[in-house]
Amino acid sequence: MSQLGSYALLLALALSAYSFIGGLAALVWPGAQSERLGETARRAGIAVFGVVFLAALVLVAAAFADDFSIAYIFHHSNRDLPAPYKFATLWSGQEGSLLFWSLLLSSYGLILRLRHRTDTRLFAYASVIIAAVQVFFLLLLNFAAHPFAVMQGSLPPDGNGLNPLLQYPEMVIHPPMLYLGYVGFTIPFAFALGALIMKYPGEKWIHITRRWTMVTWMFLTCGIFLGAHWAYSVLGWGGYWGWDPVENASFMPWLTGTAFLHSVMMQEKRGMLKVWNMWLIFATFGLSIFGTFLTRSGVVSSVHAFAQSSIGDWFVGFLLVILAVCLYFYIVNRHHLRSEHRLESLVSRESSFLFNNLLFVLFCFTVLWGTLFPILSEWVQGKKVTVGPPFYNKVTIPVTLLLLLLTATGPLLAWRKTSLESLKRNFLWPFLGAIAVGVAMIVFGVRPWTDISYFYALMAGMLATLVALTVISEFVRGGRVIARHTGQSLLPSMLHLWHRNTRRYGGYIVHFGVAIVVIGILGTPFNQEAEKEMGYGDKVSLGPYTLVCRSYTQEDNPNYGNEWAIIDVFRGGKQITTMYPERRFYKASQQTQTVPRIHATVREDLFLVKDLYLVYEGINPDTGRPIIKAHLNPMVPWIWIGVLVMIFGTITALFANAAPVRVTVPARVPEPATVGAGD
Amino acid sequence: MRGFSQNGWSLAGLVVLTALLAMGAGDDARFNNLGHKLMCVCGCNQVLLECNHVGCAYSDRMRGELAAGLERSESDDLTLQTFVQKYGPTVLIAPTSTGFNRVAWVVPYLALALGVISLVVLARNWSHRTQPVSNSASQTPDMLDAYRRQARKETEL
Repeated sequence: MSQLGSYALLLALALSAYSFIGGLAALVWPGAQSERLGETARRAGIAVFGVVFLAALVLVAAAFADDFSIAYIFHHSNRDLPAPYKFATLWSGQEGSLLFWSLLLSSYGLILRLRHRTDTRLFAYASVIIAAVQVFFLLLLNFAAHPFAVMQGSLPPDGNGLNPLLQYPEMVIHPPMLYLGYVGFTIPFAFALGALIMKYPGEKWIHITRRWTMVTWMFLTCGIFLGAHWAYSVLGWGGYWGWDPVENASFMPWLTGTAFLHSVMMQEKRGMLKVWNMWLIFATFGLSIFGTFLTRSGVVSSVHAFAQSSIGDWFVGFLLVILAVCLYFYIVNRHHLRSEHRLESLVSRESSFLFNNLLFVLFCFTVLWGTLFPILSEWVQGKKVTVGPPFYNKVTIPVTLLLLLLTATGPLLAWRKTSLESLKRNFLWPFLGAIAVGVAMIVFGVRPWTDISYFYALMAGMLATLVALTVISEFVRGGRVIARHTGQSLLPSMLHLWHRNTRRYGGYIVHFGVAIVVIGILGTPFNQEAEKEMGYGDKVSLGPYTLVCRSYTQEDNPNYGNEWAIIDVFRGGKQITTMYPERRFYKASQQTQTVPRIHATVREDLFLVKDLYLVYEGINPDTGRPIIKAHLNPMVPWIWIGVLVMIFGTITALFANAAPVRVTVPARVPEPATVGAGD
Repeated sequence: MRGFSQNGWSLAGLVVLTALLAMGAGDDARFNNLGHKLMCVCGCNQVLLECNHVGCAYSDRMRGELAAGLERSESDDLTLQTFVQKYGPTVLIAPTSTGFNRVAWVVPYLALALGVISLVVLARNWSHRTQPVSNSASQTPDMLDAYRRQARKETEL
């Protein structure tokens, strides 16, 4: 089985190399012969998918067959591992996840190469660039991180098992989502670099890559938040984001990718920021590779770096090659990237995009700086330092608040120039709404003058409200216009409005989702926690809740043994639920893992929902009684709801626009009026 | 003069408020505060008070040392320094604001300042160089068509 996988990887490398070299030769020396050469290179690129898919299939089959002669399977699986996690073995270790990278890249490449008739020459350039990236990953797989390496000596009876932290249902989907995001940015990168190399006229490459970029961004968003949810549900410290280097690695390309999604509109509509957009997508792709390097090289310590080795040098080399290639073609062809227009007013949609991009890039720089500062400190001072949450929070929270302000104001500014009158008209009600929410928060006990975190919570609450209300007001205002002309009621008119310009209104829905996420995060300063050793009938109070330990017990199954407590939860003397926090001992890996239990208080608190979060920390060896840690985390469920709204918004933005509303009007207006078409 | 005295009263009020808050902070609050400025050094990469490994070889002992330091009525700085000497500088959750570590804090703000200044200068230069719109009477039909195309491009997708 391992031989089949190894040969498949070698064949994939040969095909990718041909796709790259043949494709490149066809582009450099055009002619009748080169056309055929280019076509064979394209087909070789398509074939890469089949061969890499075969290699991945072999690895998964080996996991299901418990083939511990393959070292990777021995290290990341065991006989009693449940089937979904055996499938997840593919991306649970370094070699497998690199194979998965390669598989996803070949899948994206397959789609791109099958759709080459959209613009044959541009697609040929993109195909060659993708083949070059593919060659790098297949070189790694064949010569540095071979997933089919065989075990030396006698065959072990069972494997080491999967890391217990990864034995969680979300782990089956979190890494694929993240990788779909990372890998997906190769496509807009390839188109951008291809367009730069061939001095592609106009902005068609942006139109071609728009959906690719949005889908990629959506996958990365999904992956990041699934990771946050996984950390919250598995790591047992009651939080969802710890500014860990690997979390940061996924967040950085998301930040620059988000900036790109915004600034690219300026290029589409006004022919501006061409150089900036080019470098933004180069940086996004570079950061995706950098993220993989951070996760896999072990250059920084992280709870998420599940696989570490010496492949870091390969990635550093690859990053340098990417930088050199991008820099060379930029210098040679920079005249092609001249802006067609200039900024006309500081109060305009263009300037809001400029500031939005500045803040996103600054945010990304801060995260990168914080991630790499320990290494810099070691070089300069000879000692490492820790850069933890206080650093990131202090620097990034004000930037986030400014970004929220721009999220609220930007979409309501006009292109070119916005009048004061229009500003007043658009912002009055949302602004008053935000002030009302701020006053309500103070009345209900948020004292911004006592602690900076309360001040940030108040500002976040007000700005999130401002974002939400401006989005609603945009829908209502546009809906009213359609309703007036068509006689429909408001809701169908708003739906029609969204369908008329899916990108604009889908984007608004994403902004609305962001506002909800922020509302979820602003509950953090109000978190409460308690820790207690709990025997039978022992009680602990947390906020309005009383936790009573009914019992604690142990169980055993082939994969793990566990201890768990039965905790009854009361509020106002009435029992509302029973929770079962648990701690497992995985036999194959000889590791323990807490399994926190979470109860969202939707029924009791509705909008001001809280998570009651219980962790079974273990047994006190002196008393034999379990130690339970309880957290009460306000508003957290809103984060996950907000993410769903963001994803929904992105999906709706991918739909094609409906035809404009045709309005029958008196004869003195000669042209049919269209509404909902601006962006 | 009146403005100065108002500022003076505000400052005095702030100092008194801070002093009252500081006086009100008990050992529990100090323990919680300092415990969130330290990392557990077991390799879990978690804040000391958030390390949830029962039987962790480090966190229980470190919490005990922190409580002992507070009982000895050490200042916050001295308590943190004791930890740094014993466990190394990585035990602090964030870089200090002294020596080279100050660079960690300064650079992001410097980058923000430079970014904003560059953007404002760029925006001002751009807006000053913008061509004035010519009188519509002098537009030819071709030019008007071009403007219509441009308007369509800028408002439609």
